[in-house]
Amino acid sequence: MAVPRSSKMVFWMFLAPVLCWLLLLIVLPHIDLLVMSFSGENDLGKSTWTLQNYRNFFTEPIYWNTFLRTAVFSIITTLITFLLAMPVAFYIVKVVRPRLQGAMLMMLLLPFWVSELVRVYGWMILLRESGVINHFLVKFGLLERPIEMLYNDATMIMGLVYTSMLFMVVPLISAMESLDDSLVEAAYDLGSSKTVIWWKIILPHCKPGITSGSIVVFMLVLGNYLTPNLMGGKNSLWFTEQIYNQFIASFNWNQGAAFGFLLLLLSSLIIWIGLKLSRQKLGEVAS
Amino acid sequence: MDIDLSVANLVKKFGNFTAVDQVTFDVPQGSFFSILGPSGCGKTTLLRMVAGFEEPTSGTIHIRGKDMAGVSPNQRPVNLVFQHLALFPMMNVAENIAFGLKRRKVASAQIKKQIDEILERVGLPGYAQQRIDQLSGGQKQRVAIARCLVLEPSVLLLDEPLGALDLKLREQMKVELKKLQSKVGTTFVYITHDQSEALVMSDRVAVMNMGRYEQIGTPQELYNQPLTPFVAQFVGDNNLWSGEVVEQSGNNIVMKTEEGFVFRTAIQGPISVGQHANLYLRPETMRILPTEKEALNCFNVVVKAILFDGANSRLLTVTPGGQELLVALPQNRSFDHIKPGQAIEVGWHPDAAVCFKAEA
Ligand SMILES: Nc1ncnc2c1ncn2[C@@H]1O[C@H](COP(=O)(O)OP(=O)(O)O)[C@@H](O)[C@H]1O
Ligand SMILES: [Mg+2]
Repeated sequence: MAVPRSSKMVFWMFLAPVLCWLLLLIVLPHIDLLVMSFSGENDLGKSTWTLQNYRNFFTEPIYWNTFLRTAVFSIITTLITFLLAMPVAFYIVKVVRPRLQGAMLMMLLLPFWVSELVRVYGWMILLRESGVINHFLVKFGLLERPIEMLYNDATMIMGLVYTSMLFMVVPLISAMESLDDSLVEAAYDLGSSKTVIWWKIILPHCKPGITSGSIVVFMLVLGNYLTPNLMGGKNSLWFTEQIYNQFIASFNWNQGAAFGFLLLLLSSLIIWIGLKLSRQKLGEVAS
Repeated sequence: MDIDLSVANLVKKFGNFTAVDQVTFDVPQGSFFSILGPSGCGKTTLLRMVAGFEEPTSGTIHIRGKDMAGVSPNQRPVNLVFQHLALFPMMNVAENIAFGLKRRKVASAQIKKQIDEILERVGLPGYAQQRIDQLSGGQKQRVAIARCLVLEPSVLLLDEPLGALDLKLREQMKVELKKLQSKVGTTFVYITHDQSEALVMSDRVAVMNMGRYEQIGTPQELYNQPLTPFVAQFVGDNNLWSGEVVEQSGNNIVMKTEEGFVFRTAIQGPISVGQHANLYLRPETMRILPTEKEALNCFNVVVKAILFDGANSRLLTVTPGGQELLVALPQNRSFDHIKPGQAIEVGWHPDAAVCFKAEA
């Protein structure tokens, strides 16, 4: 069927703002950053094309160690988030009465009405040496003197998991909602134990939800700045802090831009490997 | 004869609502047992209790003599074919069928052999590697049945498995299921709201209404000697008359219908003169233009329409009082002269009807 001319025009009219937005806010800055990342100063102080910014990443152990650490912690965070979110999603979709479902979703959503900064400060008030938890532990005689619970990797991961929960639970809920109860019952009827039902029926069914949730959480955690900065250890950097340092502290925008691109490339690579390992295609996950 | 499934005084309540009420039956080994009832009468609930998905409020279930109380569904020697089949969409046909065998840790060479055998049995040889979404409705049906039969259950439970199929396929699958059952010899417990499915396939049928059993019997018994008004109405087509008893001697009565016809007939259960009765009369028991009228109840009707349906053709007629009656029209060419609008005489034998005292 031929599309009438006028409807084609309407189509472009609606698409134009989106295209403008994409061009102005995403494509142009990235081109600028890309150019910047390949520029440097030669011995005479003149600007030239160079690969030095990228070379620095691979030759200076501090840089790629930071990246490696960030990536590993992001993967661990994603994994923990998934392990916590799966039972939560199952409980909300399959166990709770329908009337309570909405209320439970609201409770999950509520913390996200305040900004991340406020949420992190909330944790700090609870966990710091003079914080609420220490106060009560000492009062009830469980501790002799307050201990510092902030500024270590475990606390940081906990903070990241907390920040990411919602982004894992929501895709898992929508995946779980499309699971027909009778499939679970059929598996049970055919002699499966509960473990087998989880492995053979529920997890394979939820695979697209798991993957999209994991990608979102992984990317958000990898690109997070606030939580690792405020809750993490002082002598262990997150890669985004490395980028921040280049831009703000060292005022080396060229190096910062190169790190930014490396973060994009390497995280895409990790996701690609993840998809390959679980034998999925990005298109299937997105749909 | 050994009893495969024995259910006694089974009750299931959801809050105040009684879904299954004091149901008792035995199913002999190798037989095809159907539970027939309108939707919402508690058939699925009953079957789910046998499969172990619902806990009975009271009553007992024995399978091959073993009490099933507290036995979980994955431990029971029964399998259920679900109303919407519940085939696993992420697995192909072979994996679906192998699912139960793998849970039993059967060796993979043996599994492969059994898959081929059962696919042959259900008429799907060579379909092992097909994906579920590549199959037609009837093929999915067979895979769902094969997936259960391969486990050689003591009893196979089927929950309206033909409900989703179109009419033509349903007719075909009815015959196939019956043939399959007699071939494999497994005990089938089949639930349906479609009386023709139950009548065609079953050795015995239980008619269920509002959680209770109305009557259990062979299809012939249910059709020819319904014991309750519900069975008379639900199984097969019937014409209904209400009227008042004017004479009574033993089981034989004379009743006067609201329209004024006077019929001789026999009644089930006690009744006395002056009480009301309902009379059910099958379309095929009415004779068109009877020649020997002495023993018959005869009256005149007007033909409204001819409902031609091959061997199952009927006349839609109206009495002078405006009541519609279905009369079977034998296709032996002797009634070809009957046309809509024509007045004809019909008659029926007093023994052909069933009659119950009307509920107050
Ligand atoms: N889990 C349940 N909770 C409450 N009522 C139920 C439940 N399951 C079934 N019922 C009720 O029990 C009655 C019988 O249902 P069901 O056994 O599914 O009927 P059928 O299979 O004969 O159509 C219905 O009125 C239904 O609403
Ligand atoms: Mg049902």
